[in-house]
Amino acid sequence: MIKFFLMVNKQGQTRLSKYYEHVDINKRTLLETEVIKSCLSRSNEQCSFIEYKDFKLIYRQYAALFIVVGVNDTENEMAIYEFIHNFVEVLDEYFSRVSELDVSFFNTVFHSTWQAHSSPYQTGSCSVTQAGVQRCDHGSLHPGSPGLK
Amino acid sequence: MRSCVLSVFLFHRGEGFSGLFLLAVASVTLNYVKEAEIKRINKELANIRSKFKGDKALDGYSKKKYVCKLLFIFLLGHDIDFGHMEAVNLLSSNRYTEKQIGYLFISVLVNSNSELIRLINNAIKNDLASRNPTFMGLALHCIASVGSREMAEAFAGEIPKVLVAGDTMDSVKQSAALCLLRLYRTSPDLVPMGDWTSRVVHLLNDQHLGVVTAATSLITTLAQKNPEEFKTSVSLAVSRLSRIVTSASTDLQDYTYYFVPAPWLSVKLLRLLQCYPPPEDPAVRGRLTECLETILNKAQEPPKSKKVQHSNAKNAVLFEAISLIIHHDSEPNLLVRACNQLGQFLQHRETNLRYLALESMCTLASSEFSHEAVKTHIETVINALKTERDVSVRQRAVDLLYAMCDRSNAPQIVAEMLSYLETADYSIREEIVLKVAILAEKYAVDYTWYVDTILNLIRIAGDYVSEEVWYRVIQIVINRDDVQGYAAKTVFEALQAPACHENLVKVGGYILGEFGNLIAGDPRSSPLIQFNLLHSKFHLCSVPTRALLLSTYIKFVNLFPEVKPTIQDVLRSDSQLRNADVELQQRAVEYLRLSTVASTDILATVLEEMPPFPERESSILAKLKKKKGPSTVTDLEDTKRERSVDVNGGPEPAPASTSAMSTPSPSADLLGLGAAPPAPAGPPPSSGGGGLLVDVFSDSASVVAPLAPGSEDNFARFVCKNNGGGLLFFNREMMCVKKWFLFLLGRMFIFYGNKTSTQFLNFTPTLICSDELQPNILGFITKPVDPTVEGGAQVQQVVNIECVSDFTEAPVLNIQFRYGGTFQNVSVQLPITLNKFFQPTEMASQDFFQRWKQLSNPQQEVQNIFKAKHPMDTEVTKAKIIGFGSALLEEVDPNPANFVGAGIIHTKTTQIGCLLRLEPNLQAQMYRLTLRTSKEAVSQRLCELLSAQF
Repeated sequence: MIKFFLMVNKQGQTRLSKYYEHVDINKRTLLETEVIKSCLSRSNEQCSFIEYKDFKLIYRQYAALFIVVGVNDTENEMAIYEFIHNFVEVLDEYFSRVSELDVSFFNTVFHSTWQAHSSPYQTGSCSVTQAGVQRCDHGSLHPGSPGLK
Repeated sequence: MRSCVLSVFLFHRGEGFSGLFLLAVASVTLNYVKEAEIKRINKELANIRSKFKGDKALDGYSKKKYVCKLLFIFLLGHDIDFGHMEAVNLLSSNRYTEKQIGYLFISVLVNSNSELIRLINNAIKNDLASRNPTFMGLALHCIASVGSREMAEAFAGEIPKVLVAGDTMDSVKQSAALCLLRLYRTSPDLVPMGDWTSRVVHLLNDQHLGVVTAATSLITTLAQKNPEEFKTSVSLAVSRLSRIVTSASTDLQDYTYYFVPAPWLSVKLLRLLQCYPPPEDPAVRGRLTECLETILNKAQEPPKSKKVQHSNAKNAVLFEAISLIIHHDSEPNLLVRACNQLGQFLQHRETNLRYLALESMCTLASSEFSHEAVKTHIETVINALKTERDVSVRQRAVDLLYAMCDRSNAPQIVAEMLSYLETADYSIREEIVLKVAILAEKYAVDYTWYVDTILNLIRIAGDYVSEEVWYRVIQIVINRDDVQGYAAKTVFEALQAPACHENLVKVGGYILGEFGNLIAGDPRSSPLIQFNLLHSKFHLCSVPTRALLLSTYIKFVNLFPEVKPTIQDVLRSDSQLRNADVELQQRAVEYLRLSTVASTDILATVLEEMPPFPERESSILAKLKKKKGPSTVTDLEDTKRERSVDVNGGPEPAPASTSAMSTPSPSADLLGLGAAPPAPAGPPPSSGGGGLLVDVFSDSASVVAPLAPGSEDNFARFVCKNNGGGLLFFNREMMCVKKWFLFLLGRMFIFYGNKTSTQFLNFTPTLICSDELQPNILGFITKPVDPTVEGGAQVQQVVNIECVSDFTEAPVLNIQFRYGGTFQNVSVQLPITLNKFFQPTEMASQDFFQRWKQLSNPQQEVQNIFKAKHPMDTEVTKAKIIGFGSALLEEVDPNPANFVGAGIIHTKTTQIGCLLRLEPNLQAQMYRLTLRTSKEAVSQRLCELLSAQF
């Protein structure tokens, strides 16, 4: 299952975090720092999975923003990896050309979107962002890889 | 800055947020003036507060607006201490936007205020019962977001009803399933199992794939804890899966992701099936096999899209299917196909795929059906090890090589791992070292190969070779006599490298100390060369290694008498005898002494070859298993602990017999692996060292003889021992040993050892000389000992004894202490007898008879005829006479069967010449002992003492 979901920028600032297991507030900062450090130190040639303590980090980079998902070892890495992309597509559909600033400044709006459209995350298991995305017309997606610009 | 503002406006959609946008812009532009931001916020907060407190009732829209502003300010990182009530009020609104902001505020700012919780719960309850799907959805989201135990207590019984109710909308069902899952994860005890479980299982058949996905998540988690209850889900999951994998890429509309039908749902269904063994019903089983085959087939089909998302989603399903195949481990055909598929991925250009393929293959290698198939990819994996740029992928490759290793490919794999080790990342070196060591041992057909491998290992990655690894190689070499000669030769050659790792010196020192004799015949590795080679490394090594080398040297003394003088010179040098390190100094002193005083026989016994180690599980394996665990008590240390118990004499010692019987353990410890200080579980050095001393300096027979305090036997034992040590006394709690060096002035070292784990209190030993003894003997204790003796500790005391005149009685050592609340009082007669002050005098036959005649006065002669108590052995008798302190004069008596001795008793007042003659009669088993001294009492006493010995 998913332990946490993070959006962190290259400077190491957390833009969004959601924990599905209880983690102390002060431990979170430490964890986030370490997580982003281990993601930043990797090159494109390296795989997107990091073994970190007793769980795995799966990350994807969109421009300056990293999305990192912490999962326990029973999770299917590839499914989570693609799920991150799916999530970004949802955001992109909803906000059109979503950027890091959107994430950081419109926390409130984000939260409401989060709640209304990404309910499945609430339980720490990815299930159905799909429906959210596919309700929109695929044709409207701009060519090339959609994502945070 | 402009771009920030710009993006803010770009983002602008919806209505009612314009005020907030200004705030947001302000927070950006004034960021460098923090005060301005705080000022702006405080102003806004004051405004909101006044609005909330104002007389005019706020309409829903304004309430929503201000609550939303508060929420935003909170998310900016400022404390909010009001507005909760207004948010709760919003919950009862009938407008979606107002309700939504209310719930959002509650979810983010949960407050433990009991009054509010009651109100919130009430509002949630109303919404759950409202039958309005949007409101129900919001309520369920709020429960799941908070997910607290209180929420579970209030709603865990309610939600299952919503979930299985026939008229619930799909979207609500979906939310209800996920909400229940969340509550089950936080407080499983509060979610009751019941009728609803069977109906939940049927959600797998639901029309709406969103519901199916949510239900699958829920069922998977529940089934892990209650497999029986959800058993029926297997066949339903299989049929659902079958419908998905056979569907055309467009059938599932919204749930098709880049031409892959419902990838996440497929993954979840496959995961659910992994909670159960292969289905028993042949029909279900057949259908599942078909599904899995289809998934495998699809992997071979050309991709329907060039997009990476397509192949990623497809592979996610494929990997999960392979996990299920491995989990079932029952279809050889599928296992082999899975293996081939993964084999293709091993060379894929996507790093992620290579990583996952290696990871899956690792588990596949352990299945008997696919082990051979995995082995066919060995070249690819080895290549990955060499060329892969990502360390985590290389690590997976190492894991896979380790998993696929068996007798047939072990040499190749071990060689590859060794060569990789030279360039491997530091972070994984230790693990590779352990793996190589384990494989080398496990699959060694030829132990010379094993020895070569481990020595290579030490050469390449000496720093990463943990103690367990080199302990193990020594255990194996000692236990297998066919490899000992080879091992000695190889370490000898390896040590010749100009720079070799300390671990190699350790192994080399140990092995040459044991088996150096096996290669000593070769002039290129003569004893002296061996010794010089080892000693050339000595000064570069750490203390534990040097300690081990010293033990090797004393073993050399035994193995090669010709190098004894060289070694003694080394031991005698100031850098050894006066080394600042206590352990090294003690070893040097003791070994030097041992090499000087002990006869060849004793040396040979004490320094005997190590006995084989008991066979047990490799400690390295345990280490690898425990690599992440904190405890690292290894087998070897256990072995050591057992041994050290033996050394110090258990409470029930074996009866004394030959001298050989008790030596293996002391010698084991002498050269012991464990004596190396790093072993944390060992006894404290002082007690270990002390115990060692006792054993080295005593006849083994005397160590183990059970003693009673003051018993005559015990006493007599020491009469014929010159300088030496032995156990004076021991019982369950304590032991007391003496060690003794003497000439004219007697000096006795007494060691008191506390064998228990409890303290001895008021520990006071006193020396008592009786009135009769008083004028003749001066005995005093040099320094009082500490009155508290810790459990397991050992203290030392020196007793000086001066002989004023001849004496008969012996001084008594009285020891008093408190142990566990009881008072203990022990008296031991110290084995101080007149003959201890004997000095042997060599003299020719002529001189002897001349003096003999001089002492012809009847008072000067004492004669005793007695029956032999021990077998009449010439050598033993000779040893006893020498041990008694007199010189043994050969070729003096015309009858060669007789023994003649001479010596002088030194006292402070006089010197007393002493002559003795012992005539054995083998037929009668009798002895006649004649003593002539210048003093009658002395003759009398010596005769008594000596007669008791034969």
